[in-house]
Amino acid sequence: MAKVLRRERLVPNIHLLEVHAPEVARKSRPGQFIIVMSDERGERIPLTIADWDAKRGSVTSIFMLVGTSTQKLSLLQAGDDLPVYVGPLGRPSDIQNFGTVVCAGGCFGIAAIYPIARALKQAGNRVLTLIDVKASYLFYWEDKLKKVSDRLFVSARDSRYDSKEYIPYKLDSLLKAEKKIDRVVAIGCTYLMYRCAEATRPAGVKTMVSLNPIMVDGTGMCGACRVTADGKTKFACVDGPDFDGHTIDWPELFSRRKSYFDDEVKSLCAFERERFP
Amino acid sequence: MTEKLEISAELKARLKAEYDKDWRKELRKSLPVKERMKVPRQKMPEREPEKRNRDFGEVNKGLDLEAAVLEARRCWDCANPGCVSGCPVSIDIPSFIKLIEKRDLVASVRKIKETNSLPAICGRVCPQETQCEIVCNLRKATGVPVAIGNLERFISDFERGEGKVFLPEIPPSTGKKVAVIGAGPAGLTVAGELAKKGHRVTIFEALHIAGGVLVYGIPEFRLPKAILKAEVNYLQKLGVELRMSYVVGKTATLEDLKKDGYDAFFIGTGAGLPNFMRIPGENLVGVYSANEYLTRVNLMRAYEFPVYDTPVVRGKRAAVIGGGNVAMDSVRTAKRLGAELAAIIYRRSRQEMPAREEEVKHAEEEGIEFHLLTTPLRYIGDEQGRVKAMECLRMELGEPDSSGRRKPVPVQGSEFITEVDLVVVAIGQSPNPLMAQTTPELRVGKWGNLEVDWKTMGTSMPGVFAGGDIVRGGATVILAMGDGRLAAGEMDRYLKCGQR
Repeated sequence: MAKVLRRERLVPNIHLLEVHAPEVARKSRPGQFIIVMSDERGERIPLTIADWDAKRGSVTSIFMLVGTSTQKLSLLQAGDDLPVYVGPLGRPSDIQNFGTVVCAGGCFGIAAIYPIARALKQAGNRVLTLIDVKASYLFYWEDKLKKVSDRLFVSARDSRYDSKEYIPYKLDSLLKAEKKIDRVVAIGCTYLMYRCAEATRPAGVKTMVSLNPIMVDGTGMCGACRVTADGKTKFACVDGPDFDGHTIDWPELFSRRKSYFDDEVKSLCAFERERFP
Repeated sequence: MTEKLEISAELKARLKAEYDKDWRKELRKSLPVKERMKVPRQKMPEREPEKRNRDFGEVNKGLDLEAAVLEARRCWDCANPGCVSGCPVSIDIPSFIKLIEKRDLVASVRKIKETNSLPAICGRVCPQETQCEIVCNLRKATGVPVAIGNLERFISDFERGEGKVFLPEIPPSTGKKVAVIGAGPAGLTVAGELAKKGHRVTIFEALHIAGGVLVYGIPEFRLPKAILKAEVNYLQKLGVELRMSYVVGKTATLEDLKKDGYDAFFIGTGAGLPNFMRIPGENLVGVYSANEYLTRVNLMRAYEFPVYDTPVVRGKRAAVIGGGNVAMDSVRTAKRLGAELAAIIYRRSRQEMPAREEEVKHAEEEGIEFHLLTTPLRYIGDEQGRVKAMECLRMELGEPDSSGRRKPVPVQGSEFITEVDLVVVAIGQSPNPLMAQTTPELRVGKWGNLEVDWKTMGTSMPGVFAGGDIVRGGATVILAMGDGRLAAGEMDRYLKCGQR
């Protein structure tokens, strides 16, 4: 059992969840994740660790409202108990002084990229951060990211922003404008990570992506999260979640992410019926 | 078949003392062996196949008291019982059976629990036919052994039914702290044994329910979760502390736990790494490892979706690859989840199948198809990346291989394609690598297994012991429990003397 310290809506479809989990907080590193289950009947879902405070004993994640599990999480209040909150899982991100690094985050990935950008900055890198959301009223954590970035670029798919700023295009123009980009780290929906990997492929700039396949146990036991990297099957929970985006079999990942699409709709309908009979 | 285990002098003396007791002598005299041999083996009552293959209720119903007493009468109470030599946890089998014959059920429960903290589980999932029953002297004489497993189950069910769980007397605390990593059969056994000796035991478990393979792997229809829960509650009553959702190696390393004051460790993290065949299409949607398929259904209760949130693919044509108990559990689960066709695909013949005879029999009765001497070559997906068919190849048996079983060889040109919408790969598991990766001092064997001294179950690190599938690869629940019992004895010695 872990206690919820704070659950708040940051923007219309994105929520913050801060949980009292001192042991997880003590061990957390950038790029790792936790697995949470909202109630006894819930599903075990992975969430990236967006921040932690070892002194306070707390761990923070950001999630986007999608299906039943995230709906349930979004209804939590401070003081509620979570039956499962386990971590930190996965391998930490590779943090070194690479030189110039582009950190790209979309939607929930804006939070997920934050501890990585912070660690890369501390390691002496020049950090260029790109963030993207569907509409401009969905921005959050810009101030936090500004503090750990040398430059911050924002883009949104509405009229206030130029469509040329969309992360993959911006990556493309940065690759041309900057003398040297040593590495790109991209976190967000599968499509965004795929597009980032494709954008840097011609120039051959190493692009790390944090993959988000469906998981169950998160410790390598079940193999639900298998992805193909370099033609070999890997388990994202123990071999990842970070992979070189240029080696990933993206079509396979897209279809595996959608494994339970119909069931997810069914589950959400059942949940809504239960709440609003 | 399991090797006959050596009986220690201490155990021999214990058996002899019980054998020589007056009531045992009288009981032996009360019915001549000839009469005992006339009693037929009592059949385990089962639910009807056509009903049980639609739900997750338990298949075996258990013997009633009269049947159990009759079955107990079949045992000759031999002077040199073979059965005990086949039991990895050294249960005094003749004593507990004779106590059933005497109708002293409470004493019978206590007798079993002297060496086995989890009899309700063993009575259900142990392969007794290759352990204690195969070396039963009655079997040697007539071919039909005493139903030791069914009696063990009977007596543990009696105890639970009574609601009066017997707790042994626990000696004063030794002040020593033990960390058990993994709440599977090996870890639960170690915890029970060491708690009974007065040590403070904490079990660290990665999942949210204790039991390991007993909870995520073995289905409800073979081992109801309520029974497992009762056995775990018993351990808690013995003073064992459970820390759930705690991944040793991630949440804290073994080194961290040492700093927290733990004096000895037992690693029982199991064979939590599913094997795949590495053939094309294995990552299509609808192709599962048995671990994932069974975890979704058992641990996460996908069979009650959408009341429970975790979904699972419900195939109409289900193929399960493999011939072991895990394959049987998977294929019978698929049938219960509505598969019109649920089939085992196994590359050798029925004779080489490693599954228990009882499981194969139950599967056949429930309408499972067996495609023997067949192996998959590749899986074929639709445009959405979901499995829709598989290509197979027929095999025939050639010369014996290193395991002594005849090696399957492909029949040229025998490829065929069949439609499937659910595939479960149940070809075995490897040891989970997490502990070894995060504890570099642990010596690891060829298959990622932890290396131990088989006499003590001690690893390469002093004070750190291991057992079960993390050292064996993929074995059975009872062998894991046997390892746990052996390790617990050595750990107790280590804790008392400070060395092993």
